[in-house]
Amino acid sequence: PPLTTLKSESQQMEKILIANRGEIACRIMRSAKRLGIKTVAVYSDVDKESLHVKSADEAVYIGPPQARLSYLNSSNIIQAAEKTGAQAIHPGYGFLSESAEFAQLCEDEGLTFIGPPASAIRDMGDKSASKRIMGAAGVPLVPGYHGDEQDIGLMKSEADKIGYPVLIKPTHGGGGKGMRIVQSPRDFVDSFLGAQREAAASFGVNTILLEKYITKPRHIEVQVFGDKHGNVIHLYERDCSVQRRHQKIIEEAPAPNINSDFRSHLGEAAVSAAKAVNYHNAGTVEFIVDTVSGEFYFMEMNTRLQVEHPVTEMIVGQDLVEWQIRIANGEPLQMNQSQVPLIGHAFEARIYAENVPKGFLPATGTLHHYCPVQVSASVRVETGVAQGDSVSMHYDPMIAKLVVHGENRGAALIKLKDCLSKFQVAGLPTNIDFLLKLANHSAFGNGNVETHFIENYKDDLFIDPDNATLAENSSSALIYGSSIVAACIYEKQLARSRLNAPRPLSIWYSRPTFRLNHCARTMIELECEDDGGVCDSACLQLGITCLPDGKYLVEIPEAKSPGLEIQLTHLGNDAYQVEIGGVSRRVTLAVYVKDESEHIHIWHGPDHYHFKQKLGNERSDSDDGGTLHKSNSDETSHPPGTVVAPMAGLVVKVLVKDSARVEEGQPIIVLEAMKMEHVVKAPNSGQIHGLHVTTGRQVFDGTVLFTVKSLKSALRLMIIHRWPSTATIIVSYLYNLFVPCVRLQSIWSVMTREIWKLTLDYNESWAMMAILLVHGLTRISLRWHAIQLRTKIPPTISYTP
Amino acid sequence: MMKRLIRRNRGLWSSAIIADSLDRSSESYGRNSDAMDALLSKLESLTSKVMGGGSPEAVERNKRRNKLMPRDRIYRLMDPAASFLELSQLAGHDEALLSGGLVTGIGPVHGRLCMFVANDPTVKGGTYYPITVKKHLRAQEIAAHCSLPCLYLVDSGGAFLPKQSQVFPDKEHFGRIFYNQAVMSSQGIPQIALVLGSCTAGGAYIPAMADQSVMVKGNGTIFLAGPPLVKAATGEEVSPEDLGGAAVHCKTSGVSDYFAQDELHALSIGRNIVKNLHMSGILNTQHVSADYKEPLYDVHELRAIAPTDFKQSFDIRSVIARLVDGSEFDEFKKLYGTTLVTGFARIHGQPVGIIGNNGVLLNESAVKGAHFIELCAQRHIPLIFLQNITGFMVGSKSEANGIAKSGAKMVMAVSCAKVPKITIVIGGSFGAGNYAMCGRAYSPNFMFFWPNARISVMGGTQAAGVLTQIEKANKKKGGIQWTKEEEEKFSAEIVEAYDREGSAFYSTARLWDDGIIDPADTRKVLAFCLSASTNRMPESTKYGIFRM
Repeated sequence: PPLTTLKSESQQMEKILIANRGEIACRIMRSAKRLGIKTVAVYSDVDKESLHVKSADEAVYIGPPQARLSYLNSSNIIQAAEKTGAQAIHPGYGFLSESAEFAQLCEDEGLTFIGPPASAIRDMGDKSASKRIMGAAGVPLVPGYHGDEQDIGLMKSEADKIGYPVLIKPTHGGGGKGMRIVQSPRDFVDSFLGAQREAAASFGVNTILLEKYITKPRHIEVQVFGDKHGNVIHLYERDCSVQRRHQKIIEEAPAPNINSDFRSHLGEAAVSAAKAVNYHNAGTVEFIVDTVSGEFYFMEMNTRLQVEHPVTEMIVGQDLVEWQIRIANGEPLQMNQSQVPLIGHAFEARIYAENVPKGFLPATGTLHHYCPVQVSASVRVETGVAQGDSVSMHYDPMIAKLVVHGENRGAALIKLKDCLSKFQVAGLPTNIDFLLKLANHSAFGNGNVETHFIENYKDDLFIDPDNATLAENSSSALIYGSSIVAACIYEKQLARSRLNAPRPLSIWYSRPTFRLNHCARTMIELECEDDGGVCDSACLQLGITCLPDGKYLVEIPEAKSPGLEIQLTHLGNDAYQVEIGGVSRRVTLAVYVKDESEHIHIWHGPDHYHFKQKLGNERSDSDDGGTLHKSNSDETSHPPGTVVAPMAGLVVKVLVKDSARVEEGQPIIVLEAMKMEHVVKAPNSGQIHGLHVTTGRQVFDGTVLFTVKSLKSALRLMIIHRWPSTATIIVSYLYNLFVPCVRLQSIWSVMTREIWKLTLDYNESWAMMAILLVHGLTRISLRWHAIQLRTKIPPTISYTP
Repeated sequence: MMKRLIRRNRGLWSSAIIADSLDRSSESYGRNSDAMDALLSKLESLTSKVMGGGSPEAVERNKRRNKLMPRDRIYRLMDPAASFLELSQLAGHDEALLSGGLVTGIGPVHGRLCMFVANDPTVKGGTYYPITVKKHLRAQEIAAHCSLPCLYLVDSGGAFLPKQSQVFPDKEHFGRIFYNQAVMSSQGIPQIALVLGSCTAGGAYIPAMADQSVMVKGNGTIFLAGPPLVKAATGEEVSPEDLGGAAVHCKTSGVSDYFAQDELHALSIGRNIVKNLHMSGILNTQHVSADYKEPLYDVHELRAIAPTDFKQSFDIRSVIARLVDGSEFDEFKKLYGTTLVTGFARIHGQPVGIIGNNGVLLNESAVKGAHFIELCAQRHIPLIFLQNITGFMVGSKSEANGIAKSGAKMVMAVSCAKVPKITIVIGGSFGAGNYAMCGRAYSPNFMFFWPNARISVMGGTQAAGVLTQIEKANKKKGGIQWTKEEEEKFSAEIVEAYDREGSAFYSTARLWDDGIIDPADTRKVLAFCLSASTNRMPESTKYGIFRM
């Protein structure tokens, strides 16, 4: 009837507010724009110039950087929607996306919440409640304890009942935050308390549930969609097994190595799960698949659009954000289950600013160079940043999502590897090189994925410095890479000099650099930066000779290699055509200045290297008489026992007092960044010094937190850290013993100095004692020796110095 | 239609292009290039010896003191990766005084050409030998001539005392260095000293006379008398650093202006000083065209063109064709006085007038030369002399025609022309031909030799002939009869001496030129010299009396 049509048309949204930031905000805006819907962005102080703000039709300021005060501030967001006249709010993922209160608030304010009903969020948000509902609906569940009673003693006995290993999980939230695996009853209490604290900090609720921990699990999830008319379908599954720190990094759809029966069972289970909570809009039902038994269990339901939704979009050829908007508008689903296509295979790789060698800790910094791969129908790059933006400590450190599609898994994988090798990010550490290694791994190629994949294959994924062939290969590639970099640096300097000079002098800046009757030769010093544990942070001395034909001869005197003749053509920006031995290749360089050094990244073929060069010529001068001159050498080296912050973050707990005695491995400080807790432990037993940070303080990557001074004997310190000096003392002691009278005074002074140096960084009184001890011993032995001499009896000790 | 247009265009342009007349299969081509290869390898071995600096111990000591070698100091001061035109590289090479103990040359700093004068402390402690003084003064002369800011990288023990009589008293000796500094400073040519090592006695005046000076903590010292002399004179015992270190001179005495923490810091301060010079920076480049063509012919063929046998004539145009833009050369008075080739061309876009010898100078050639120089001087076009001259024509006919008068006209024109002059000796430089073709005495801005070049008042054989005849006559007067053998021996000795002393390597050791260059580098070197020479406002020329 015409009346209802009119009503549904009047409900059509024309302007939506996106209560999110970063890539997902940009992603939603893109679909909205395609549908002719106007978009409103919200931003905090640090996001004023962000891509999502620039991509929106309107943008509203909602508060300070801390998410709690801006992106999680529902009243500000509702106000922003009212101010701009948006009829609907899309929450994206994270932030308010799974807040039932927020969904309810939208409804109360007459705004459409583009997502599931508040009741479904509430039902699924409480993990214990959701399991109850799922159990009733006949969805398989993992054995565990989901009770409200949270007494620690009871929890412990429940855990013992389930049998170890046991998984501890907060009932609210997701993404692995607050999760702990307990291997033995001994560790239960600590882990339980930590999980409670983290849950409280992240979700405001600290209830915990227990589950059987499955040792060889796969993480497979099913995308479901329901409309407001009671229809629910699924869009197949995604395999998200490859995880680090319990967070996904590579997802794919459909899941590899499963048959269609299993697939439809999963799908049906997911649909019944959704129906059990009267679900509508996009949702994901996560299952844990026990690869040993072949069973699958319901884990949780994510009542939002997931980060990895693009892989599903690629295999079904649909725009899920468009579906979300249409459903929110009240339209019925456009297809039924049998009409959902399944085309080819898709991968998503999440590119994060993170420190892979430091255990994937989140990193912060500026994107000095950002050049993602070329997008096409089968390659998508979902990003919320542009070159020059920074990744701050306030939000998720994800830089981009790379999504590729191929007609089958093999074809998609080839594309994934190709794109990863061409994805250029410089300025902060990223996981790109690691992702590439992962994608290249044969087990991954075979689809043998499970959640412990990275841990199981860590020997292949992280270079072991003891592995000789690998190290050799990487060092010869390093020489190759550094030689090209050196030539490019020289060429760049020349170009820069030429650019700054008046035109009539251009002859002085032509190539090759002219020297009378000889070839110009310069040394360049490069420091190899260790981003992915690929190369040792070696300092390389490279000699560059400008050959008369315009080529560069680059030699590394230390490497004893014959040197490379490099022909360079500058292609503009930072791209060069490099010809070596008749093979021509295109390389890209990224150069930026950070911490008084010039950083140079090079991408050639599949290799990526990062070098550092001290800024020499144009350093700022402070001619104030010498006393204020800071030595800029070894800023980064600290005395042994010093502990620095492994990442930028907030100090949430300081567990011991300054000058307390601690044991090796004892937790000292709890840091939190990106909603992840990280415990800083004592590197060795001893006494804490200089612990000045307090709860609530912000620390930066590399901030000195405290020092642990060892209480073990000074001798151990000597032998471990100062072996050569110790040897000097022993030798001079023996020398003294056998050759008295000979330059006694000078030897004594050498000994004194050495002992002093050795023990001083331990403690002064110990140093004095050590000196007295050694001198005393020497004196005694000399006395004994003198007696021996007088009586003409040769020394009985048979070893010689 | 299109084709016709192209043909017409080509016709329009080709008139100036020098045709390729080089016979690459000729016997002289092979002989010349073999001879040149030998000379170039000699040049290379001498140069590589010079590049290493003084004795290995001295170099090691220098390194231990955290000091760079003088050339590295210069390259660090200069714009990164820029070119450097080193001058008198082989000065003093035959008395084992590498580069004369001093590195000089021209290079850009922050896009401004500067003259560098850097002591080499690894060669005799950087002391001033006679050749060192001469080289220092020559660098200052060029700087004054071309208005180039002077950067003195001081690290010297002062005058070499055993040779004080050849270093100290005369006009063109040590004292002239400071005189030049004062005069250049008065002309607004910046004088900047970086004290990177010791700077004793007379040397102390280099930073003291400079407009601005920088001192390095630790290594740099300035004092009129070093600690040993002070102790001898007054009994005072004092360390070099306390007597005249950077702290003393930057904080107390005010002898120096900038305090540098280390050598690299000093060099970076030096760069900053140049950056802030704000000199009027006149670049007389109004005629310089931005894009230019390279010569049509291979410059390396100059190595085979360079004559080794001066009796054999060759067309100087084959040299010009390999030096000028697009090998385009507009000849002046092509049909008159053909033993002198004159004409206009461009080198790296810079217009030049070229005068090259194509045989002995005749009356007409000399007059034509004078005429052409007048043209260029009036139009402020720099002059390039390609010297390969055995002299003016002799003989009764020539004298009767007034060859001396014609020659004098050319010498007058050369002497007075107030345009940049650059002389390249590509072959022989003999007799009065040297004068007319702007030899050293005529103060060309720059003068370079090809390795095959020879310079002397006349050829060895001719000199031997003249001297033998005179000697024979003298002996005859004395009634002594010379045997044939004695006569031949006498003659051979003279030929040998002329041969040795006429060589480019002998000349360059004594700073009779600004260096020996590979013929293949000539175009580049000319471009550098022109760019350095056009750094000042054009002046108008005033001549003396031309004898008519």
